[in-house]
Amino acid sequence: MKHLPLSFIVGGILTLTFTLVAILSFIWTPYDVEAINIAGKFAMPGLDHLMGTDHFGRDIFSMVMVGTRNAIAVSLVAVGIGMILGVPLGLWAAGSRMNGGSLIDEILMRGNDLVFAFPSLLMAIMITAVFGPGAINAIIAIGIFNIPVFARMTRGGALSIWTRDYIMAARVAGKGNMRISYEHILPNILNILIVQATIQFSIAIIAEASLSYVGLGTQPPNPSLGRMLNEAQTMIFFAPWLAYFPGGVIVAMVLGLNLMGDGLRDMLDPKLKKRKASDVTA
Amino acid sequence: MAHYILKRLLSLVITLLVATIIIFLIIEVVPGDPAAYMMGLSGSSEAADALRIELGLDKGALERYFSWVGGMLSGDFGISYTYRVPVSQLIGERTLVSVPLTVYALILSTLIAVPVGVISASRRGSIVDTSLMGMAQVGVAIPNFWFAILMVLVFSTSLGWFSAVGFPGWDAGFWPCIKALTIPAVSLALPQAAILARVMRSSVLEVMQEDYIRTARAKGLSRRQALIRHGLRNAMIPVLTILGLQFSFLLAGGIIIESIFSLPGLGRLVFQSIAQRDLIVVKSIVTLLVLAVVLITFLVDLIYVLVDPRLREEGRG
Repeated sequence: MKHLPLSFIVGGILTLTFTLVAILSFIWTPYDVEAINIAGKFAMPGLDHLMGTDHFGRDIFSMVMVGTRNAIAVSLVAVGIGMILGVPLGLWAAGSRMNGGSLIDEILMRGNDLVFAFPSLLMAIMITAVFGPGAINAIIAIGIFNIPVFARMTRGGALSIWTRDYIMAARVAGKGNMRISYEHILPNILNILIVQATIQFSIAIIAEASLSYVGLGTQPPNPSLGRMLNEAQTMIFFAPWLAYFPGGVIVAMVLGLNLMGDGLRDMLDPKLKKRKASDVTA
Repeated sequence: MAHYILKRLLSLVITLLVATIIIFLIIEVVPGDPAAYMMGLSGSSEAADALRIELGLDKGALERYFSWVGGMLSGDFGISYTYRVPVSQLIGERTLVSVPLTVYALILSTLIAVPVGVISASRRGSIVDTSLMGMAQVGVAIPNFWFAILMVLVFSTSLGWFSAVGFPGWDAGFWPCIKALTIPAVSLALPQAAILARVMRSSVLEVMQEDYIRTARAKGLSRRQALIRHGLRNAMIPVLTILGLQFSFLLAGGIIIESIFSLPGLGRLVFQSIAQRDLIVVKSIVTLLVLAVVLITFLVDLIYVLVDPRLREEGRG
Protein backbone atom coordinates (compact mmCIF):
# COMPACT_ATOMS: atom_id res chain seq x y z
CA MET A 1 0.00 0.00 0.00
CA LYS A 2 3.04 2.24 -0.19
CA HIS A 3 2.29 3.36 -3.74
CA LEU A 4 -1.27 4.56 -3.78
CA PRO A 5 -2.29 5.69 -7.28
CA LEU A 6 -2.35 9.47 -7.63
CA SER A 7 -5.93 9.35 -8.90
CA PHE A 8 -6.98 7.56 -5.73
CA ILE A 9 -5.30 10.16 -3.52
CA VAL A 10 -6.78 13.16 -5.36
CA GLY A 11 -10.19 11.52 -5.68
CA GLY A 12 -10.16 10.40 -2.08
CA ILE A 13 -9.32 13.87 -0.81
CA LEU A 14 -12.11 15.45 -2.89
CA THR A 15 -14.64 12.85 -1.79
CA LEU A 16 -13.61 13.09 1.84
CA THR A 17 -13.88 16.89 1.73
CA PHE A 18 -17.41 16.85 0.38
CA THR A 19 -18.44 14.15 2.81
CA LEU A 20 -17.12 16.22 5.70
CA VAL A 21 -18.85 19.34 4.38
CA ALA A 22 -22.08 17.38 4.13
CA ILE A 23 -21.75 16.12 7.70
CA LEU A 24 -20.79 19.58 8.93
CA SER A 25 -23.92 21.05 7.33
CA PHE A 26 -26.02 19.08 9.83
CA ILE A 27 -24.64 21.08 12.73
CA TRP A 28 -23.35 24.29 11.19
CA THR A 29 -23.77 26.48 8.14
CA PRO A 30 -22.57 30.11 7.98
CA TYR A 31 -26.14 31.33 7.50
CA ASP A 32 -29.60 29.82 7.77
CA VAL A 33 -30.34 28.39 4.32
CA GLU A 34 -33.94 29.49 4.47
CA ALA A 35 -33.29 32.97 5.84
CA ILE A 36 -34.51 35.52 3.30
CA ASN A 37 -32.81 38.90 3.28
CA ILE A 38 -34.08 40.95 0.37
CA ALA A 39 -31.88 43.91 1.26
CA GLY A 40 -28.81 41.74 0.80
CA LYS A 41 -29.80 40.12 -2.48
CA PHE A 42 -27.31 39.51 -5.30
CA ALA A 43 -24.28 40.18 -3.12
CA MET A 44 -21.08 39.36 -5.01
CA PRO A 45 -18.91 36.62 -3.56
CA GLY A 46 -16.82 38.16 -0.80
CA LEU A 47 -15.80 37.88 2.83
CA ASP A 48 -19.35 38.11 4.18
CA HIS A 49 -20.76 35.64 1.71
CA LEU A 50 -18.05 33.38 0.31
CA MET A 51 -20.14 32.46 -2.73
CA GLY A 52 -22.42 35.50 -2.80
CA THR A 53 -26.19 35.59 -2.32
CA ASP A 54 -29.16 34.85 -4.57
CA HIS A 55 -32.30 36.78 -5.50
CA PHE A 56 -33.72 36.27 -2.01
CA GLY A 57 -30.47 37.25 -0.34
CA ARG A 58 -29.88 33.67 0.77
CA ASP A 59 -26.26 32.66 1.35
CA ILE A 60 -25.08 30.51 -1.58
CA PHE A 61 -22.27 28.89 0.43
CA SER A 62 -24.71 27.61 3.04
CA MET A 63 -27.11 26.42 0.36
CA VAL A 64 -24.31 24.63 -1.48
CA MET A 65 -23.34 22.89 1.78
CA VAL A 66 -26.85 21.59 2.39
CA GLY A 67 -27.33 20.88 -1.32
CA THR A 68 -24.19 18.74 -1.25
CA ARG A 69 -25.58 16.85 1.73
CA ASN A 70 -28.90 16.23 -0.09
CA ALA A 71 -27.13 15.09 -3.25
CA ILE A 72 -24.97 12.65 -1.30
CA ALA A 73 -27.91 11.34 0.71
CA VAL A 74 -30.08 10.73 -2.36
CA SER A 75 -27.25 9.10 -4.31
CA LEU A 76 -26.10 6.95 -1.40
CA VAL A 77 -29.55 5.48 -0.82
CA ALA A 78 -30.20 5.08 -4.57
CA VAL A 79 -26.94 3.18 -5.14
CA GLY A 80 -27.63 1.21 -1.95
CA ILE A 81 -30.98 0.09 -3.37
CA GLY A 82 -29.27 -0.91 -6.60
CA MET A 83 -26.70 -2.99 -4.72
CA ILE A 84 -29.03 -4.59 -2.20
CA LEU A 85 -31.38 -5.78 -4.94
CA GLY A 86 -28.99 -6.11 -7.87
CA VAL A 87 -26.19 -8.13 -6.26
CA PRO A 88 -28.42 -10.98 -4.98
CA LEU A 89 -30.20 -11.07 -8.35
CA GLY A 90 -26.87 -11.39 -10.14
CA LEU A 91 -25.68 -14.10 -7.72
CA TRP A 92 -28.94 -15.95 -8.18
CA ALA A 93 -28.74 -15.76 -11.97
CA ALA A 94 -25.14 -17.00 -12.04
CA GLY A 95 -25.81 -19.71 -9.45
CA SER A 96 -28.83 -20.97 -11.38
CA ARG A 97 -26.97 -21.01 -14.65
CA MET A 98 -24.09 -23.01 -13.21
CA ASN A 99 -26.51 -25.51 -11.73
CA GLY A 100 -28.69 -26.28 -14.67
CA GLY A 101 -31.26 -23.54 -14.20
CA SER A 102 -30.45 -21.44 -17.21
CA LEU A 103 -34.11 -20.50 -17.64
CA ILE A 104 -34.05 -18.42 -14.46
CA ASP A 105 -30.83 -16.83 -15.65
CA GLU A 106 -32.36 -16.08 -19.03
CA ILE A 107 -35.46 -14.49 -17.50
CA LEU A 108 -33.46 -12.38 -15.06
CA MET A 109 -31.11 -11.13 -17.75
CA ARG A 110 -33.90 -10.32 -20.19
CA GLY A 111 -35.52 -8.33 -17.38
CA ASN A 112 -32.25 -6.49 -17.07
CA ASP A 113 -32.17 -5.69 -20.77
CA LEU A 114 -35.68 -4.38 -20.45
CA VAL A 115 -34.70 -1.80 -17.84
CA PHE A 116 -31.72 -0.82 -19.98
CA ALA A 117 -34.08 -0.21 -22.90
CA PHE A 118 -35.80 2.60 -21.04
CA PRO A 119 -34.05 5.95 -21.34
CA SER A 120 -33.19 6.35 -17.67
CA LEU A 121 -33.58 10.11 -17.27
CA LEU A 122 -36.89 10.04 -19.12
CA MET A 123 -38.20 7.21 -16.96
CA ALA A 124 -37.04 8.94 -13.81
CA ILE A 125 -38.89 12.05 -14.92
CA MET A 126 -41.98 10.00 -15.69
CA ILE A 127 -41.87 8.19 -12.35
CA THR A 128 -41.41 11.37 -10.36
CA ALA A 129 -44.07 13.14 -12.42
CA VAL A 130 -46.70 10.46 -11.86
CA PHE A 131 -45.85 9.70 -8.24
CA GLY A 132 -45.11 13.26 -7.31
CA PRO A 133 -41.81 15.12 -7.11
CA GLY A 134 -39.57 14.81 -4.07
CA ALA A 135 -36.40 13.28 -2.74
CA ILE A 136 -37.94 9.87 -2.00
CA ASN A 137 -39.28 9.36 -5.50
CA ALA A 138 -36.02 10.63 -6.97
CA ILE A 139 -34.20 7.98 -4.93
CA ILE A 140 -36.54 5.25 -6.19
CA ALA A 141 -36.27 6.43 -9.79
CA ILE A 142 -32.46 6.50 -9.70
CA GLY A 143 -32.28 3.32 -7.64
CA ILE A 144 -34.30 1.25 -10.11
CA PHE A 145 -31.76 1.92 -12.83
CA ASN A 146 -28.92 0.84 -10.58
CA ILE A 147 -30.37 -2.63 -10.05
CA PRO A 148 -29.58 -4.06 -13.51
CA VAL A 149 -26.12 -2.46 -13.49
CA PHE A 150 -25.15 -4.35 -10.34
CA ALA A 151 -27.04 -7.49 -11.36
CA ARG A 152 -25.19 -7.73 -14.65
CA MET A 153 -21.81 -6.98 -13.14
CA THR A 154 -22.34 -9.47 -10.30
CA ARG A 155 -23.49 -12.17 -12.70
CA GLY A 156 -20.51 -11.66 -14.98
CA GLY A 157 -18.03 -11.77 -12.12
CA ALA A 158 -19.76 -14.67 -10.41
CA LEU A 159 -19.84 -16.82 -13.56
CA SER A 160 -16.07 -16.65 -13.83
CA ILE A 161 -15.59 -17.55 -10.17
CA TRP A 162 -17.99 -20.50 -10.40
CA THR A 163 -15.55 -22.36 -12.65
CA ARG A 164 -12.73 -22.25 -10.10
CA ASP A 165 -11.46 -25.34 -8.35
CA TYR A 166 -12.22 -24.10 -4.86
CA ILE A 167 -15.88 -23.78 -5.78
CA MET A 168 -15.81 -27.38 -6.88
CA ALA A 169 -14.25 -28.23 -3.52
CA ALA A 170 -17.01 -26.37 -1.71
CA ARG A 171 -19.62 -28.26 -3.71
CA VAL A 172 -18.01 -31.55 -2.89
CA ALA A 173 -18.07 -30.51 0.75
CA GLY A 174 -21.83 -30.37 0.38
CA LYS A 175 -22.41 -26.63 0.44
CA GLY A 176 -25.55 -25.41 -1.28
CA ASN A 177 -25.90 -22.88 -4.02
CA MET A 178 -26.76 -20.03 -1.74
CA ARG A 179 -23.97 -20.70 0.75
CA ILE A 180 -21.39 -20.92 -2.02
CA SER A 181 -22.67 -17.67 -3.51
CA TYR A 182 -22.37 -15.76 -0.27
CA GLU A 183 -19.34 -17.43 1.29
CA HIS A 184 -17.12 -17.86 -1.75
CA ILE A 185 -18.42 -15.96 -4.77
CA LEU A 186 -19.38 -12.65 -3.19
CA PRO A 187 -16.09 -12.01 -1.34
CA ASN A 188 -14.21 -12.65 -4.57
CA ILE A 189 -16.15 -10.16 -6.63
CA LEU A 190 -16.47 -7.52 -3.94
CA ASN A 191 -13.59 -5.60 -5.53
CA ILE A 192 -15.29 -4.97 -8.82
CA LEU A 193 -18.55 -4.18 -7.04
CA ILE A 194 -16.92 -1.51 -4.89
CA VAL A 195 -15.33 0.08 -7.94
CA GLN A 196 -18.66 0.02 -9.75
CA ALA A 197 -20.38 1.50 -6.71
CA THR A 198 -18.15 4.58 -6.79
CA ILE A 199 -18.87 5.04 -10.50
CA GLN A 200 -22.61 4.57 -9.97
CA PHE A 201 -22.46 7.02 -7.09
CA SER A 202 -21.06 9.70 -9.38
CA ILE A 203 -23.69 8.95 -12.03
CA ALA A 204 -26.37 9.21 -9.34
CA ILE A 205 -25.06 12.64 -8.29
CA ILE A 206 -25.54 13.91 -11.84
CA ALA A 207 -28.94 12.20 -12.09
CA GLU A 208 -30.08 13.81 -8.85
CA ALA A 209 -28.89 17.19 -10.08
CA SER A 210 -30.74 16.67 -13.38
CA LEU A 211 -33.96 15.68 -11.64
CA SER A 212 -33.89 18.58 -9.24
CA TYR A 213 -32.91 20.86 -12.12
CA VAL A 214 -36.23 20.05 -13.79
CA GLY A 215 -37.96 20.52 -10.44
CA LEU A 216 -38.60 16.86 -9.65
CA GLY A 217 -35.95 16.20 -7.01
CA THR A 218 -35.53 17.65 -3.54
CA GLN A 219 -38.27 20.21 -2.99
CA PRO A 220 -37.91 23.83 -1.82
CA PRO A 221 -37.14 25.36 0.57
CA ASN A 222 -34.67 22.48 1.06
CA PRO A 223 -31.75 23.50 -1.18
CA SER A 224 -30.53 21.29 -4.00
CA LEU A 225 -27.67 21.92 -6.38
CA GLY A 226 -29.73 21.16 -9.48
CA ARG A 227 -32.52 23.55 -8.60
CA MET A 228 -30.03 26.26 -7.70
CA LEU A 229 -28.71 25.97 -11.26
CA ASN A 230 -32.21 26.15 -12.67
CA GLU A 231 -32.96 29.31 -10.70
CA ALA A 232 -29.60 30.75 -11.67
CA GLN A 233 -30.32 30.35 -15.36
CA THR A 234 -32.49 33.42 -15.70
CA MET A 235 -30.06 35.53 -13.68
CA ILE A 236 -26.68 34.45 -15.04
CA PHE A 237 -26.32 37.59 -17.12
CA PHE A 238 -25.96 39.79 -14.05
CA ALA A 239 -25.21 37.25 -11.32
CA PRO A 240 -23.11 34.51 -12.96
CA TRP A 241 -21.77 33.30 -9.60
CA LEU A 242 -25.19 31.74 -8.98
CA ALA A 243 -24.36 29.26 -11.75
CA TYR A 244 -20.62 28.89 -11.12
CA PHE A 245 -20.61 27.54 -7.58
CA PRO A 246 -23.35 24.87 -7.51
CA GLY A 247 -22.19 23.55 -10.90
CA GLY A 248 -18.55 23.61 -9.87
CA VAL A 249 -19.37 21.63 -6.74
CA ILE A 250 -21.22 18.98 -8.77
CA VAL A 251 -18.25 18.67 -11.12
CA ALA A 252 -15.76 18.44 -8.26
CA MET A 253 -17.82 15.83 -6.46
CA VAL A 254 -18.31 13.67 -9.56
CA LEU A 255 -14.67 14.10 -10.55
CA GLY A 256 -13.56 13.04 -7.08
CA LEU A 257 -15.68 9.91 -7.14
CA ASN A 258 -14.56 8.96 -10.65
CA LEU A 259 -10.90 9.45 -9.81
CA MET A 260 -11.32 7.40 -6.67
CA GLY A 261 -13.04 4.67 -8.68
CA ASP A 262 -10.21 4.64 -11.23
CA GLY A 263 -7.61 4.52 -8.49
CA LEU A 264 -9.43 1.73 -6.69
CA ARG A 265 -9.61 -0.25 -9.89
CA ASP A 266 -5.88 0.11 -10.41
CA MET A 267 -5.25 -1.02 -6.85
CA LEU A 268 -7.70 -3.89 -6.76
CA ASP A 269 -7.42 -5.37 -10.23
CA PRO A 270 -4.33 -7.57 -10.35
CA LYS A 271 -4.90 -8.27 -14.04
CA LEU A 272 -4.48 -4.61 -14.82
CA LYS A 273 -1.34 -4.47 -12.74
CA LYS A 274 0.14 -7.38 -14.63
CA ARG A 275 -0.66 -5.77 -17.94
CA LYS A 276 1.00 -2.56 -16.88
CA ALA A 277 4.09 -4.42 -15.81
CA SER A 278 4.24 -6.18 -19.15
CA ASP A 279 3.93 -2.81 -20.89
CA VAL A 280 7.04 -1.62 -19.13
CA THR A 281 9.05 -4.63 -20.19
CA ALA A 282 7.74 -4.68 -23.76
CA MET B 1 -26.48 -15.80 -39.26
CA ALA B 2 -30.17 -15.82 -40.19
CA HIS B 3 -30.89 -17.85 -37.08
CA TYR B 4 -29.08 -15.29 -34.96
CA ILE B 5 -30.95 -12.36 -36.49
CA LEU B 6 -34.27 -14.12 -36.05
CA LYS B 7 -33.50 -14.83 -32.41
CA ARG B 8 -32.57 -11.22 -31.81
CA LEU B 9 -35.67 -9.96 -33.60
CA LEU B 10 -37.85 -12.15 -31.43
CA SER B 11 -36.32 -10.84 -28.22
CA LEU B 12 -36.68 -7.32 -29.61
CA VAL B 13 -40.42 -7.78 -30.10
CA ILE B 14 -40.82 -9.29 -26.64
CA THR B 15 -38.91 -6.41 -25.07
CA LEU B 16 -41.14 -3.90 -26.82
CA LEU B 17 -44.27 -5.75 -25.78
CA VAL B 18 -43.27 -5.83 -22.13
CA ALA B 19 -42.19 -2.20 -22.35
CA THR B 20 -45.62 -1.09 -23.59
CA ILE B 21 -47.26 -3.00 -20.73
CA ILE B 22 -45.02 -1.27 -18.19
CA ILE B 23 -45.61 2.16 -19.70
CA PHE B 24 -49.34 1.50 -19.79
CA LEU B 25 -49.33 0.42 -16.15
CA ILE B 26 -47.33 3.43 -14.96
CA ILE B 27 -49.39 5.95 -16.86
CA GLU B 28 -52.91 4.62 -16.93
CA VAL B 29 -53.32 2.20 -14.07
CA VAL B 30 -51.10 3.46 -11.26
CA PRO B 31 -52.46 7.04 -11.05
CA GLY B 32 -55.92 5.53 -10.43
CA ASP B 33 -58.07 7.90 -12.43
CA PRO B 34 -56.09 9.27 -15.38
CA ALA B 35 -58.86 11.64 -16.39
CA ALA B 36 -58.96 13.32 -12.99
CA TYR B 37 -55.16 13.36 -12.96
CA MET B 38 -55.03 15.01 -16.38
CA MET B 39 -57.59 17.64 -15.43
CA GLY B 40 -55.61 18.51 -12.34
CA LEU B 41 -57.10 19.94 -9.18
CA SER B 42 -58.87 22.78 -10.94
CA GLY B 43 -60.86 20.60 -13.33
CA SER B 44 -64.60 20.22 -12.86
CA SER B 45 -66.05 16.76 -12.53
CA GLU B 46 -68.10 17.23 -15.74
CA ALA B 47 -64.95 18.01 -17.70
CA ALA B 48 -63.27 14.95 -16.21
CA ASP B 49 -66.28 12.84 -17.22
CA ALA B 50 -66.15 14.14 -20.78
CA LEU B 51 -62.43 13.40 -20.93
CA ARG B 52 -63.02 9.96 -19.51
CA ILE B 53 -65.31 9.13 -22.42
CA GLU B 54 -62.97 10.74 -24.94
CA LEU B 55 -60.10 8.62 -23.67
CA GLY B 56 -62.27 5.56 -23.56
CA LEU B 57 -61.62 5.20 -19.86
CA ASP B 58 -65.09 3.79 -19.36
CA LYS B 59 -63.74 0.64 -20.98
CA GLY B 60 -61.64 -1.96 -19.19
CA ALA B 61 -57.87 -1.66 -18.89
CA LEU B 62 -57.21 -4.67 -21.11
CA GLU B 63 -59.37 -3.31 -23.90
CA ARG B 64 -57.74 0.10 -23.65
CA TYR B 65 -54.28 -1.42 -23.78
CA PHE B 66 -55.02 -3.35 -26.94
CA SER B 67 -56.68 -0.42 -28.67
CA TRP B 68 -53.66 1.74 -27.77
CA VAL B 69 -51.11 -0.74 -29.11
CA GLY B 70 -53.28 -1.54 -32.11
CA GLY B 71 -53.63 2.17 -32.86
CA MET B 72 -49.87 2.68 -32.67
CA LEU B 73 -49.25 -0.22 -35.04
CA SER B 74 -51.50 1.45 -37.59
CA GLY B 75 -49.82 4.83 -37.00
CA ASP B 76 -52.64 6.29 -34.92
CA PHE B 77 -51.22 7.66 -31.67
CA GLY B 78 -54.36 9.45 -30.56
CA ILE B 79 -55.07 13.16 -30.21
CA SER B 80 -53.01 15.33 -27.87
CA TYR B 81 -55.13 16.59 -25.06
CA THR B 82 -53.43 19.98 -24.75
CA TYR B 83 -52.45 20.67 -28.36
CA ARG B 84 -55.60 19.21 -29.92
CA VAL B 85 -53.69 17.78 -32.86
CA PRO B 86 -52.80 14.17 -33.67
CA VAL B 87 -49.88 13.01 -31.55
CA SER B 88 -48.25 11.52 -34.65
CA GLN B 89 -48.14 15.00 -36.22
CA LEU B 90 -46.59 16.48 -33.05
CA ILE B 91 -44.01 13.72 -32.92
CA GLY B 92 -43.23 14.14 -36.60
CA GLU B 93 -42.53 17.85 -36.22
CA ARG B 94 -40.45 17.43 -33.08
CA THR B 95 -38.42 14.56 -34.46
CA LEU B 96 -37.16 16.89 -37.17
CA VAL B 97 -35.44 18.86 -34.42
CA SER B 98 -34.38 16.11 -32.02
CA VAL B 99 -32.87 13.68 -34.50
CA PRO B 100 -30.74 16.29 -36.32
CA LEU B 101 -29.60 17.62 -32.92
CA THR B 102 -28.66 14.13 -31.75
CA VAL B 103 -26.86 13.25 -34.99
CA TYR B 104 -25.05 16.60 -34.95
CA ALA B 105 -23.93 15.99 -31.36
CA LEU B 106 -22.79 12.45 -32.16
CA ILE B 107 -20.77 13.60 -35.16
CA LEU B 108 -19.10 16.32 -33.09
CA SER B 109 -18.43 13.89 -30.27
CA THR B 110 -16.87 11.31 -32.62
CA LEU B 111 -14.80 13.92 -34.43
CA ILE B 112 -13.34 15.02 -31.11
CA ALA B 113 -13.08 11.69 -29.34
CA VAL B 114 -11.49 9.44 -31.96
CA PRO B 115 -8.42 11.63 -32.63
CA VAL B 116 -8.03 12.39 -28.92
CA GLY B 117 -8.21 8.71 -28.03
CA VAL B 118 -5.75 7.70 -30.74
CA ILE B 119 -3.26 10.46 -29.89
CA SER B 120 -3.46 9.63 -26.19
CA ALA B 121 -2.96 5.95 -26.79
CA SER B 122 -0.08 6.34 -29.20
CA ARG B 123 1.74 8.65 -26.80
CA ARG B 124 0.86 6.69 -23.71
CA GLY B 125 2.31 8.10 -20.51
CA SER B 126 3.46 11.35 -22.14
CA ILE B 127 2.43 14.83 -21.03
CA VAL B 128 0.02 14.94 -23.98
CA ASP B 129 -1.66 11.73 -22.87
CA THR B 130 -1.87 12.79 -19.24
CA SER B 131 -3.33 16.19 -19.98
CA LEU B 132 -5.81 14.94 -22.59
CA MET B 133 -7.05 12.23 -20.24
CA GLY B 134 -7.15 14.72 -17.38
CA MET B 135 -9.39 16.91 -19.48
CA ALA B 136 -11.52 13.89 -20.33
CA GLN B 137 -11.89 13.09 -16.61
CA VAL B 138 -13.21 16.60 -16.00
CA GLY B 139 -15.41 16.38 -19.10
CA VAL B 140 -17.08 13.22 -17.84
CA ALA B 141 -17.88 14.97 -14.56
CA ILE B 142 -19.62 17.97 -16.14
CA PRO B 143 -23.43 17.78 -16.21
CA ASN B 144 -24.44 18.75 -19.74
CA PHE B 145 -27.06 21.23 -18.59
CA TRP B 146 -24.51 23.14 -16.54
CA PHE B 147 -22.17 23.17 -19.49
CA ALA B 148 -25.04 24.46 -21.62
CA ILE B 149 -25.65 27.35 -19.22
CA LEU B 150 -21.96 28.26 -19.32
CA MET B 151 -21.97 28.06 -23.12
CA VAL B 152 -24.91 30.46 -23.30
CA LEU B 153 -23.06 32.77 -20.94
CA VAL B 154 -19.86 32.72 -23.00
CA PHE B 155 -21.06 32.60 -26.60
CA SER B 156 -24.28 34.55 -26.62
CA THR B 157 -23.56 37.29 -24.15
CA SER B 158 -19.82 37.80 -23.97
CA LEU B 159 -18.97 37.00 -27.58
CA GLY B 160 -22.36 37.52 -29.23
CA TRP B 161 -21.61 34.82 -31.81
CA PHE B 162 -24.78 32.82 -31.95
CA SER B 163 -28.37 33.39 -31.07
CA ALA B 164 -28.68 31.90 -27.63
CA VAL B 165 -32.02 30.21 -27.76
CA GLY B 166 -34.84 29.27 -30.08
CA PHE B 167 -35.15 27.50 -33.38
CA PRO B 168 -36.10 29.19 -36.67
CA GLY B 169 -37.68 26.09 -38.22
CA TRP B 170 -36.41 24.24 -41.28
CA ASP B 171 -38.40 26.57 -43.56
CA ALA B 172 -35.90 29.27 -42.68
CA GLY B 173 -33.21 27.31 -44.48
CA PHE B 174 -30.48 24.86 -43.62
CA TRP B 175 -27.76 27.12 -42.25
CA PRO B 176 -29.84 29.18 -39.81
CA CYS B 177 -31.06 25.91 -38.31
CA ILE B 178 -27.58 24.43 -38.08
CA LYS B 179 -26.48 27.65 -36.42
CA ALA B 180 -29.30 27.41 -33.88
CA LEU B 181 -28.42 23.78 -33.16
CA THR B 182 -24.69 24.36 -32.80
CA ILE B 183 -24.38 25.43 -29.16
CA PRO B 184 -26.92 22.85 -27.98
CA ALA B 185 -25.09 20.16 -29.96
CA VAL B 186 -21.74 21.17 -28.51
CA SER B 187 -23.20 21.12 -24.98
CA LEU B 188 -24.49 17.62 -25.57
CA ALA B 189 -21.38 16.45 -27.39
CA LEU B 190 -18.52 17.46 -25.11
CA PRO B 191 -19.35 15.36 -22.04
CA GLN B 192 -20.10 12.45 -24.38
CA ALA B 193 -16.84 13.00 -26.23
CA ALA B 194 -14.99 12.76 -22.93
CA ILE B 195 -16.44 9.30 -22.29
CA LEU B 196 -15.84 8.22 -25.88
CA ALA B 197 -12.23 9.41 -25.89
CA ARG B 198 -11.48 7.28 -22.83
CA VAL B 199 -13.04 4.23 -24.44
CA MET B 200 -11.18 4.91 -27.69
CA ARG B 201 -7.86 5.22 -25.87
CA SER B 202 -8.16 1.97 -23.95
CA SER B 203 -9.48 0.25 -27.04
CA VAL B 204 -6.47 1.33 -29.11
CA LEU B 205 -4.11 0.27 -26.31
CA GLU B 206 -5.79 -3.11 -26.20
CA VAL B 207 -5.62 -3.59 -29.95
CA MET B 208 -1.94 -2.65 -30.11
CA GLN B 209 -1.20 -5.70 -27.92
CA GLU B 210 -2.75 -8.06 -30.45
CA ASP B 211 -0.73 -10.60 -32.38
CA TYR B 212 -1.79 -9.28 -35.77
CA ILE B 213 -0.27 -5.92 -34.93
CA ARG B 214 2.97 -7.65 -34.04
CA THR B 215 2.77 -9.49 -37.37
CA ALA B 216 2.17 -6.21 -39.17
CA ARG B 217 5.17 -4.71 -37.40
CA ALA B 218 7.26 -7.76 -38.28
CA LYS B 219 6.50 -7.38 -41.96
CA GLY B 220 7.93 -3.89 -41.73
CA LEU B 221 5.11 -1.48 -40.97
CA SER B 222 5.76 1.31 -38.51
CA ARG B 223 3.66 1.51 -35.35
CA ARG B 224 1.59 4.25 -36.93
CA GLN B 225 1.04 2.32 -40.18
CA ALA B 226 0.12 -0.83 -38.29
CA LEU B 227 -2.34 1.10 -36.20
CA ILE B 228 -3.97 2.82 -39.15
CA ARG B 229 -4.13 -0.19 -41.47
CA HIS B 230 -5.01 -2.96 -39.03
CA GLY B 231 -5.68 -1.52 -35.61
CA LEU B 232 -8.19 1.29 -36.01
CA ARG B 233 -10.97 -0.78 -37.50
CA ASN B 234 -10.77 -3.23 -34.63
CA ALA B 235 -10.41 -0.50 -32.05
CA MET B 236 -13.65 1.04 -33.32
CA ILE B 237 -15.73 -1.97 -32.24
CA PRO B 238 -16.14 -1.05 -28.55
CA VAL B 239 -16.52 2.58 -29.61
CA LEU B 240 -19.45 1.55 -31.76
CA THR B 241 -21.27 0.09 -28.75
CA ILE B 242 -20.78 3.28 -26.79
CA LEU B 243 -21.95 5.34 -29.78
CA GLY B 244 -25.10 3.24 -29.96
CA LEU B 245 -25.76 3.75 -26.26
CA GLN B 246 -25.03 7.45 -26.58
CA PHE B 247 -27.44 7.88 -29.46
CA SER B 248 -30.31 6.69 -27.31
CA PHE B 249 -29.02 8.61 -24.31
CA LEU B 250 -28.79 11.82 -26.32
CA LEU B 251 -32.18 11.37 -27.95
CA ALA B 252 -33.84 11.12 -24.56
CA GLY B 253 -31.31 13.19 -22.66
CA GLY B 254 -32.11 16.14 -24.87
CA ILE B 255 -35.00 16.88 -22.50
CA ILE B 256 -33.00 19.31 -20.44
CA ILE B 257 -30.85 20.76 -23.20
CA GLU B 258 -33.86 21.33 -25.42
CA SER B 259 -35.55 23.15 -22.56
CA ILE B 260 -32.55 25.36 -21.88
CA PHE B 261 -32.29 26.40 -25.52
CA SER B 262 -36.06 26.46 -26.15
CA LEU B 263 -35.71 23.96 -28.99
CA PRO B 264 -39.04 22.43 -30.07
CA GLY B 265 -37.80 18.84 -29.88
CA LEU B 266 -39.13 15.55 -28.58
CA GLY B 267 -37.52 15.93 -25.17
CA ARG B 268 -39.06 19.30 -24.54
CA LEU B 269 -42.41 18.02 -25.79
CA VAL B 270 -42.39 15.06 -23.44
CA PHE B 271 -41.35 17.21 -20.52
CA GLN B 272 -44.03 19.80 -21.20
CA SER B 273 -46.55 17.02 -21.64
CA ILE B 274 -45.61 15.57 -18.28
CA ALA B 275 -45.99 19.01 -16.71
CA GLN B 276 -49.34 19.55 -18.44
CA ARG B 277 -50.36 16.00 -17.62
CA ASP B 278 -50.98 15.21 -21.27
CA LEU B 279 -50.58 11.49 -20.76
CA ILE B 280 -51.55 10.61 -24.32
CA VAL B 281 -48.45 12.32 -25.64
CA VAL B 282 -46.22 11.01 -22.84
CA LYS B 283 -46.94 7.32 -23.33
CA SER B 284 -46.52 7.51 -27.11
CA ILE B 285 -43.19 9.31 -26.97
CA VAL B 286 -41.78 7.07 -24.26
CA THR B 287 -42.78 4.05 -26.32
CA LEU B 288 -41.14 5.51 -29.42
CA LEU B 289 -37.94 6.27 -27.50
CA VAL B 290 -37.83 2.72 -26.14
CA LEU B 291 -38.35 1.50 -29.71
CA ALA B 292 -35.44 3.69 -30.82
CA VAL B 293 -33.17 2.35 -28.07
CA VAL B 294 -34.02 -1.27 -28.80
CA LEU B 295 -33.64 -0.83 -32.56
CA ILE B 296 -30.29 0.91 -32.23
CA THR B 297 -28.98 -1.78 -29.89
CA PHE B 298 -30.11 -4.36 -32.43
CA LEU B 299 -28.42 -2.52 -35.29
CA VAL B 300 -25.19 -2.16 -33.33
CA ASP B 301 -25.21 -5.90 -32.65
CA LEU B 302 -25.76 -6.54 -36.33
CA ILE B 303 -22.87 -4.30 -37.32
CA TYR B 304 -20.75 -6.14 -34.75
CA VAL B 305 -21.48 -9.42 -36.44
CA LEU B 306 -20.75 -7.94 -39.84
CA VAL B 307 -17.48 -6.35 -38.73
CA ASP B 308 -16.17 -9.23 -36.65
CA PRO B 309 -16.11 -12.61 -38.41
CA ARG B 310 -15.48 -14.42 -35.11
CA LEU B 311 -18.88 -13.31 -33.80
CA ARG B 312 -20.46 -14.46 -37.06
CA GLU B 313 -19.31 -17.99 -36.32
CA GLU B 314 -20.75 -17.81 -32.85
CA GLY B 315 -24.00 -16.47 -34.24
CA ARG B 316 -24.34 -19.51 -36.48
CA GLY B 317 -23.90 -21.91 -33.61
